[in-house]
Amino acid sequence: MFYRRAGISHTSYRQERQLWPLPFDRRLALFVLALTILAPLLVDRLYLVGYLMPWVIWSTATLGLNFLMGGAGQIHLGYGAIIAIGAYSSVHLVRAGTPFEIAIVAGGLASALIGSIFGAAALRVKGLYLAMATLAMQSIVDFVITQVPAISGGGQASLPVPTATFFGIAIVGDLRSYYFALAVCLIVTFFMLNVRRASFGRALAAVREKDYAASILGVNTFRFKLVAFWVSSFIGGVVGAVLAFCYYRAVSPDQFHLDLSIQIVAMAIVGGVGSVLGSFFGAALILFAPILLNQAVGQAAEMFGLAISADLRAHLPLMLYGGMIVGFLLWEPLGLAKIYDNVRNYFLVWPFRHARH
Amino acid sequence: MDLALLLELSINGAFVGMMYSLVAAGIVLIYKTSGIANLAQGALAMMGAYFAWAATALVGLPAWAAIPLSLVAMFAVGALIERFALRQMIGQPIIMAIMLTMGMEIVLRGLLPGVFGTAVKKIDIGIPNAPLFVGDLLLNRTLLIGGAVSFALVLAAIFFFNSRLGIVMRAVSDDQTASWSVGVRVERAIAIAWGLSAVMATTAGILWGATQGVDWSLSLLLIKALAIAILGGLDSIPGVLIAGVVVGLVESLATGIIDPLIGGGTRDVAASVIILATLLIRPHGLFGREHIERV
Repeated sequence: MFYRRAGISHTSYRQERQLWPLPFDRRLALFVLALTILAPLLVDRLYLVGYLMPWVIWSTATLGLNFLMGGAGQIHLGYGAIIAIGAYSSVHLVRAGTPFEIAIVAGGLASALIGSIFGAAALRVKGLYLAMATLAMQSIVDFVITQVPAISGGGQASLPVPTATFFGIAIVGDLRSYYFALAVCLIVTFFMLNVRRASFGRALAAVREKDYAASILGVNTFRFKLVAFWVSSFIGGVVGAVLAFCYYRAVSPDQFHLDLSIQIVAMAIVGGVGSVLGSFFGAALILFAPILLNQAVGQAAEMFGLAISADLRAHLPLMLYGGMIVGFLLWEPLGLAKIYDNVRNYFLVWPFRHARH
Repeated sequence: MDLALLLELSINGAFVGMMYSLVAAGIVLIYKTSGIANLAQGALAMMGAYFAWAATALVGLPAWAAIPLSLVAMFAVGALIERFALRQMIGQPIIMAIMLTMGMEIVLRGLLPGVFGTAVKKIDIGIPNAPLFVGDLLLNRTLLIGGAVSFALVLAAIFFFNSRLGIVMRAVSDDQTASWSVGVRVERAIAIAWGLSAVMATTAGILWGATQGVDWSLSLLLIKALAIAILGGLDSIPGVLIAGVVVGLVESLATGIIDPLIGGGTRDVAASVIILATLLIRPHGLFGREHIERV
């Protein structure tokens, strides 16, 4: 009904190959885009900074990780470290007087470089070993950042982030920060939507499904895995810069610990590995579910007079997103994106149960 | 550097490594039978320690009753995890199973401190705290006993693989489908492996709990255990013992020698460096079998 297919006939290959063949999907995408652009007019400042901005930034990070996990089938448990490298290098460059436009790209490049050095080391092995290697990378990067005062700003201190100027526009205030983060998010989204339609994405899909088979077909497995690491780390680095300049405004090592890596992996899994739409769903669920649960528990405790210890409430988010990882892997391994897809498929042929093919 | 201090660091490090290797042996046991790395092993150690603490402090059981009780309970927990979670993952990509164990790790790390409180708990298993003097060396008694117990258990695991059940498990690790076709109950073997490795984790958790107290940081044993399992070879139990001593020594010496120079933190990063170095130089570890893959 909603996703009406009747009367849509493609008369050229171009039409057939477009991103969203159904007009409804196109309109929905435009509608959501308009909503995110008009969001500052529609919602309160508090919600903009407290909810929408982290959602946009974390979705971008999830997209970057999803490129590696879903696109190339490589696991990465050290994405927080990648983000940290981007954040620290861009902040240091801007503090040293480099223009922000260059610093943000350089932050991405630094992450991409270090990420793919570790990646090259890790790519001799796969699956489980890769998980270990990236886990090791996370703690080594953490260690270096904490222990080298020139990077972290000394001891447990946090490094203040100077104001950035992007092509003459100073990124100050919530509004400009939000739009900058949104712009980066849109660029990454468009890249992710289109990369799988290009030869690069197809090669990665072959590598993901079975790397030996892919190399027999003439796909240089090692090269493509390495490039996947490179691209994903670059996105991570840029997200790090956005995070530092638009959201945190003061970086300290503990913002980028293993917890962040696990959080982003959880977003990718809960949203749906390899799905662009899922990255947004996953980021939203993992970010907001703990907040909502905490509020609900708080209210329940008040209503029924239950004594819920502060320790329990502090650990609820951890339980919740651990539980969501387990639950989704057991019952819906393709995540929220698959659930959306099921609903869409249902309405595609509604009121009939299934279409005749 | 003072030779006595060096010797002291080495001996303590070797025993600490032995205690790590108990956790690693559990990882190897599961890897050998089902081919996945259990990232929840550290969390299982933590859970076992909380169990033992709850049995002694909350229920009031004496230590000699509480420890066997928590071992039995954790065997059941391990077997149940396999039955209700990991068995659903058969046929799924290996990454999924690993992520599942990681999810369980997070749940346990939230659940136990959340329910029992974050304050560090003390388990008293009857080891005196006074240090042991051998000549002019200062040795930690808990570490000595813990290391010895761990050593004995890992040795027992090596012998276990020669028993009837152990042979079944070796068959399962070799080829699941082939063992199935000759009548081996593959699921049961894997469930037992999970139970046993939960028992090993619990023992390690209790020993560590007696040394440093019980709190969430016990789950950090995972990284050290992974370093040991990877260095020794993921499918080699004897490798665990040797790698355990190596990791313990490296960690202890790094803490003793490098920490004063750069101001701390080497203890936690040593394991990661070992993981990375092993993967670079010899990905299948010191004693592991090289993995041959077919299309």
